[in-house]
Formats: sequence, C-alpha cells, structure tokens
Amino acid sequence: MGMQQRKMVVNRRTFLATSVSAGLVMGFGTLLPGCSREEAASDLAAGDVSRVFSPAVWFEIDGSGNVLINIAKAEMGQHVGTALARIVADELGADWGSVTIKHVDTDPKWGYMVTGGSWSVWSSFAMLSQAGAAGRTVLLDAGAKLLGVNASDCTAEAGQVIAGDQQVSFADIVAKGDISRSFSAEELAAMPVKPAAARRLIGKDVDALDIPEKTQGTAVYGLDAELPGMVYAHPMIPPTRYGSTILSIDDSAAKDIPGYLQTLTIKDPSDLIQGWAVVVAENFPAAMKAAAAVTVEWEAGPTAGVSEADLFAEGARLVADSASGVLFVDDGDVAAARESAASTHTATYRTGSALHFTLEPQNALVEWVDGKCHIHAGNQWQSLILSFIAAALEIPETDIVIHQYYLGGGFGRRLFGDQMIPAALAAREMGRPVKLVFPRAEDSRFDCVRSPSVCKLDASFDADGGLTGIEHAAAAGWPSLSMAPGFLGDAVDGNGKYDGFSISGADHWYTLSNHRVRAINNDLAQRTFLPGWLRSVGPGWIGWGVECFMDELAAIVGADPIDFRLELLDAAGKNAGSSPNSVGGASRLAAVLRDVSGRADWGRLLPEGEAYGVAVAHGQERNMPTWIACIAHVKVDAETKAITVKKLWQSIDCGTVIHPDGAMAQAEGAALWGVSLALHEGTTIEQGQVSDTNLDSYTPLRMADVPEMDIQFMDSTEFPTGLGEPPVIAVAPAIGNAIFAASGIRVRDLPIRL
Amino acid sequence: MIEFEVNGKSVTTNSDPETPLLWVIRDELKLKGTKFGCGIAMCGACTVHLDGTAIRSCTAPVSIAAGRSVTTIEGLASDAGQALQKAWVAEQVPQCGYCQSGQIMQAADLLSTNPQPNDDDITQAMNGNLCRCMAYARIRKAIKTAAIAGEA
Ligand code: FES
Ligand code: FES
Repeated sequence: MGMQQRKMVVNRRTFLATSVSAGLVMGFGTLLPGCSREEAASDLAAGDVSRVFSPAVWFEIDGSGNVLINIAKAEMGQHVGTALARIVADELGADWGSVTIKHVDTDPKWGYMVTGGSWSVWSSFAMLSQAGAAGRTVLLDAGAKLLGVNASDCTAEAGQVIAGDQQVSFADIVAKGDISRSFSAEELAAMPVKPAAARRLIGKDVDALDIPEKTQGTAVYGLDAELPGMVYAHPMIPPTRYGSTILSIDDSAAKDIPGYLQTLTIKDPSDLIQGWAVVVAENFPAAMKAAAAVTVEWEAGPTAGVSEADLFAEGARLVADSASGVLFVDDGDVAAARESAASTHTATYRTGSALHFTLEPQNALVEWVDGKCHIHAGNQWQSLILSFIAAALEIPETDIVIHQYYLGGGFGRRLFGDQMIPAALAAREMGRPVKLVFPRAEDSRFDCVRSPSVCKLDASFDADGGLTGIEHAAAAGWPSLSMAPGFLGDAVDGNGKYDGFSISGADHWYTLSNHRVRAINNDLAQRTFLPGWLRSVGPGWIGWGVECFMDELAAIVGADPIDFRLELLDAAGKNAGSSPNSVGGASRLAAVLRDVSGRADWGRLLPEGEAYGVAVAHGQERNMPTWIACIAHVKVDAETKAITVKKLWQSIDCGTVIHPDGAMAQAEGAALWGVSLALHEGTTIEQGQVSDTNLDSYTPLRMADVPEMDIQFMDSTEFPTGLGEPPVIAVAPAIGNAIFAASGIRVRDLPIRL
Repeated sequence: MIEFEVNGKSVTTNSDPETPLLWVIRDELKLKGTKFGCGIAMCGACTVHLDGTAIRSCTAPVSIAAGRSVTTIEGLASDAGQALQKAWVAEQVPQCGYCQSGQIMQAADLLSTNPQPNDDDITQAMNGNLCRCMAYARIRKAIKTAAIAGEA
C-alpha cells in the first residue's frame, strides 16, 4: 500500500495547496468594497494566502438571493456541476431553486483544473463543504443581527435564516446585512460542516441541471463553437505518432475545389506534434474534399512496422525478465514463499488496444487576440495542457485562455488537449480564427489509446493448499510517463519510478503474507503511440488479471470463488483501512461482496451453459477506494460459443452518495463500458497505427446487447470517494469467470473472443 | 441553388449539391443541435427527419432535400417529439448528451409509425444509434414512458 498512498498524498497536497489559496474565498465579493476579481486572481496566482479578501470564487449570492456556483470541473456526462453545487448549497442552507451553475474558463484563481480519476467529488467535497459552511456562518451572523437575535438561535434553511417564528431571506441579508467578513485559510479548514443527519440536499434526488439543454439540442459543445471570420482545418496525420517527416505536399488537385485555401505544414517547436499538416478551407466540407485531393508524402518514423503482436511479445519478454521494472508492492518474501512452495500456479493475462471514441470527435477553435491565444474546446485537464501549449507556442501560460464547453464524451481522451496545439499554430499562421475538426478516422488515429498490456501472475501454495504468496508483473505503455511525468510515483525499492495509472489495482485489499508487484514500462509501446488514460485506467486492465487469477486459485484449491475471496478480505494489518477515505478497509469490500452474493442468489441452479461469475474492485486508487462487487450471469452457446451477458449485479460502496440518480447513471454507463470492453470493442496496432478507425469495424456495445442490470449503492455516510470509472473494473473479470464456470474455457485475453 | 424547408421555414443553399446535409444544417443554417459523430451513417448522432422520416444527414447529400421538408431537434414539435423530450428529462436520460438529439429524432420516427412499440421494436429502431456513454437502459425506458404518455 505504501507507495500508492504516498503518491496520492503528494497529489492531494497539490489539491489542498490549491484549495487553501482558493479557500480564502467567500461568496459576497461583488457587493464588498476593496477587492476585485482580478485582484483576487492575482493574489491567488501569486500564492498569497495570507491576505484576507472576499472575491466570489466558488459561489456568490446576489441581492435577489440567486446563488451562482462556479464549477471548475468539466461536464462530460457525469452531471458534476449538479453534484458539486448540491454540496455547496446543502452547507449553505440555500434554496435549491435559486441555484445556478457556471462552468468556468481557465484562470489561475480556480486552482488546479483537472476532471479525471473519478476525483471530482472526492477532491472537492471538503473544500466545497467548508466554503458553504463559511457562507452559512456569515449569513447566520448577519441575519441574526437583522432579526435582533443571537446567531446561535438561528438556522439557515432553504434560503432563509430562521429564528423561531421570525425569518429573513438570504436576499435581504445580502442587500441589507453586514456580510463583510472573510476567513483565513486556517479558519476555513477548521470550519465545522453539518453532520450527515442535518443534510437536506446531499443524498436526495434532483434533476440534473444540464439535462434540459441536452434534450433540446441547445447544449453547446466544443464542436459547436464559432467565431466570425473563422476558417476550417482538416488534419493530415502522419503514418507514425513520432518521427515522421513530411517530404512533399502536392495540393494541385485541391486548387480548384471551391473554398480551399491552403495546406499548412505544422511546425511545433516543442516537438509534440510531429510530421503534421492541416488542410485549410472556408468550410468543413471543402476542407474534407480538399484533404482527399491533397497528397502528402511522408518519411515514416521508426515505429512504422510495429504491430500489436510485437507489443505483446515485448510485454511477454518484460514480465518474464525478473530484472525489469520497479517494485510497487513488496510485502513479505515472495521468493522464499515460492522456494518452499508445495505447488505453484502461473497465468498470463493480456488486454488489447482500445479506443476512447468520444462521440464528439476532437476539435479546437483558436483565435489570437492582442497576442493572447483563446482556445475554444472541451477539456478535462486544463492545468496539464496549458504547459504543453505554452511550450509549443513559446508564450507564457498566462497568455492562453481555454474556454470551456460541454464535452461530447471525455472517458480520459480529453485529459490531453493535444489537438489544441496544431489549431493554435495554424491560427497564428493564418492570422484568423481556425477551427480544427477531426473526422472520425483521424480522431481514432490520433487517439491516445489504452495500451496493450501483459500481466504475469505467479502463486505459491503450501502443502495444505494454503495460498502463501503472489508475484505480479505488469507491462504496458504508461500514460503519465509521456503526458504527466510529475505524477509518476517512487518505487518501494527506490529503484526508479512507476506510473500509478498503470499499476493501481495491483495493490489490492486481499491479505497476503507474501506479495510483490513489479510495474514495467513497455518502451516499445511508449515509442509507438501515445498511451492514454481510458475510463477505469490502470485498474481497468490490472483488475482483469487479478480477479480472473483469484478465480483460478479458488478453482485450484476447490473453494467457492466468493468464500475464497472473503477469507482473504479479513481487513487485517494494512488492509484495516484508515479514516476518512478507506475507513473500514477490506471489511467494506467483504460487505459489498456478501451483499451482491445475496441479491444475485449466488449458487442457485442455472440451465446448462449458463453460470455466474464474480469479481471485486476497489476503485481507482487504494487511498480513495470505491468498494465494488459484481456478479455476471453469462450464457455460452455450446455450438457457436456465442457469449450472452444476461444480467449484471453490482453492489457499490462509495461512501456518501451526493446525487443518487446521477450516481446510478454513472454506474449504469460504466458497467456497460465494462461489457463493451470485455466483449464488443477493441482494436490492434498494425503498422504503427490503430487498425480500426470507425464504427464499420470498431464496435462498441449497442442497445441490442445491453444486459439486465441490478445495481445498488450501500447506505453510507462515510467520506465520498469516486464513481465515474470504478463500476467498469469488475465487469470484465466477472464475465470471464462466468465463462469459465459455464463452459470450462478459461479466457485470459481481453477483449474476449471464444 | 437548392431550396427546401427546415423546421417549417424555407431556406436556400448555394452549396455543392453533394455537400452532406449535416454541414448545411450545422454550419450554414447554424442549427447546432444536430451532431457529427462518425460521418458514415453508423452512429446516428446526425439524425434528422426528411418529410417526417429519420435519415442520417452525414451521408445524405443536400440535394436530396430539394423541395422537401427537414426537421431537426430544434424544430421537433410533433406530439411524439414533445412527449419524448419530456420523458428524456423525466428519466434523466442524457449523460454527455452528444448522441441525444439523434436518439430523440430516431425515437420520434419510431413512435410516429408505431406509437406502442415493444422491446424488440425499440431495439430494432434504436440499435443504429450509438450512445458512447451507454445510457441505453434509460433511452429504452424513456421511449416507453413517452409511448404511455402518448396513449393517455
Ligand atoms: S454522423 Fe451520421 S451517423 Fe454518425
Ligand atoms: S449521452 Fe453521451 S453519447 Fe449518449
């Protein structure tokens, strides 16, 4: 557990430092003298947390009682604005009907901007609760004065400060009251928040604020953004991600296409965008037509011949080489356990390349105004991409603004905004706004795919069939190595770095006296393509190996797969958990496992060719666990080997559920992602590129293959963790284990093909 | 010049007749509710009605609309359409929302010809519409909700 936890603490410190600077903020700035938003922003940018000021950063209340809550997280289907606003509004005692939200553009005052890792609620909960509680304190004091009573006799509810039979509205307090008070970072951090029993909004259902626009066709996505005078650009993507150079461009056949303007070679001084050209035209159909007519000749980079088979072979070589990689977990003495083992079992699990395939293809509209670069595009990790854009444009980050839009799907693709760079370079060269739009095939070819992976698991047993140790080696391309090296963690053996996003999940909650995990970078993958963070990230493929292997071990010792797991989930030692995130530890994982077992009636007699399979998961990170158990009911046709998932059960404990219906929607979508990645979608790298680029051959789950779903959340008032990704993780291994139980066929490759 | 009707208003375009209807709707007429997903008629994000029938506007040349009537999500005024949009909110269907204009237009076509579809009818009508967020269970449920509302 050590390293993973340490790494996340570092990350959290970043968040906390940020929230400390933003934490000064109280909501009444526009009505207070002395500090403008700009000043507030510059103080925050300068990291000045000592000055007390009151700009409206997280929320503001106007003289009519309208509460505006600013959302610095990307909206990509999770209704995050609704959830975060509920946290603030509950603490504040606001009337939900008076709440509106705004998704904000990049500005240093928002602190570190990232929407991923299933972190949003987890990382915002304390900060937003405290901001809301601070607001309530001020409103109570000011309201009490107006009412002529003691603040201690007042409560704040539904936008009113109430004392006995008297009350005064937030609107009147803001208009007439004394609200000129601010809080230091320390005061905010110490601000007591409501006990769970006093919550009025958290845990109650409400319509998501973004849904009406999304049914009327009025929600504005990045692709919908327009600016006067803009032209369209179509990407010309080189044969390899890295090292390709353009030998010649012949656009003579495009010249008489009406609307065609020119073909630009993209020169990126930061060398992130290599070997690119864009075809520019007055409108997008003309750009597409011209792109088909323009001939670009490339000298392909060195990975032009690399195939999925090569990547797997390299992964297999790496996991077999005990000198490769760095240690992520090193408990007990695995080697000794193996030496003294009465028997052993080894299995290798693999997962293939998978695309993000956000339904809204990548795009960016860029306008230069007075030397500043304005980028219009939906993005998940503005604070990351800003530094890359700044390097490519050779301007300071402060001269770049990313204007946020709805994201037509994120799933981790939009954690990287690399498409903004060619758009910005082209706009600067054209001297007018450029809208770069990726047609689907180009979107797929430029995707940061989920890397192919290889995991080798070795188990040792004593003479009584007791499990004495597991050694686990996992090799893949590492997203953070290329895109966010600052997020790499330090190996427990001090021998280098690992990408937590490519090994998390291997540090599971089963008690093993001897357990070692080796995290290995597949350098060939790293050089061939840009490995990406795909919804459920590391645990999404690590969990495939871990949980299928557990099933194999249970079968070897002749134990029921659930009993086998429960025995190891004893919450002993490091698996006891700690407050607040993982309080209860493995006992909570055992609890969801028992719950799902009961609800699915585990062990019931099923027709020939049908079976249940089980798997568990602990979410994205060991120190923000979302406890999940999943049972899949699967049918395998004896003749055709066709696999049908008939039903999925999940029991989920993510602590306090803020927005239950939104949480359920996330869990439903994530569970189906699990099915899709297990059975329906997948591609391969061939000749250095993804081989499936559109829906004619890349085939995500459709309505016809949706299984029945029974998903339930455990009642909990514990600290909220994450939800957008965790319900993906256990689905594939539950299906794989069910296939084994139904057919006797042990599948070890994802996607599953019988 | 091609003349046709969009959401009850007559419009003209000077675009090449081969230009996909989608881009005329989005970029010339500025109706951005109709989305671009795959460009090969396999995701349904670009679904509009041509004389009341759902088509994929990404592969339909604008010439096909000449003298005919196109309805987009912005102009979906039919009873079934209204019932669907209400049901979409009631069942809290959209996640990212990007596919939903197309889903609703496709479902409106279904209900206009089959006001009380069963599960198989729904699957058959909707299987061509990809929802990458996989909000399928709610899409199905909302169609049933709208069908019941239409019956009342
Ligand atoms: S964009 Fe037309 S069907 Fe996908
Ligand atoms: S709601 Fe996102 S694609 Fe359907």
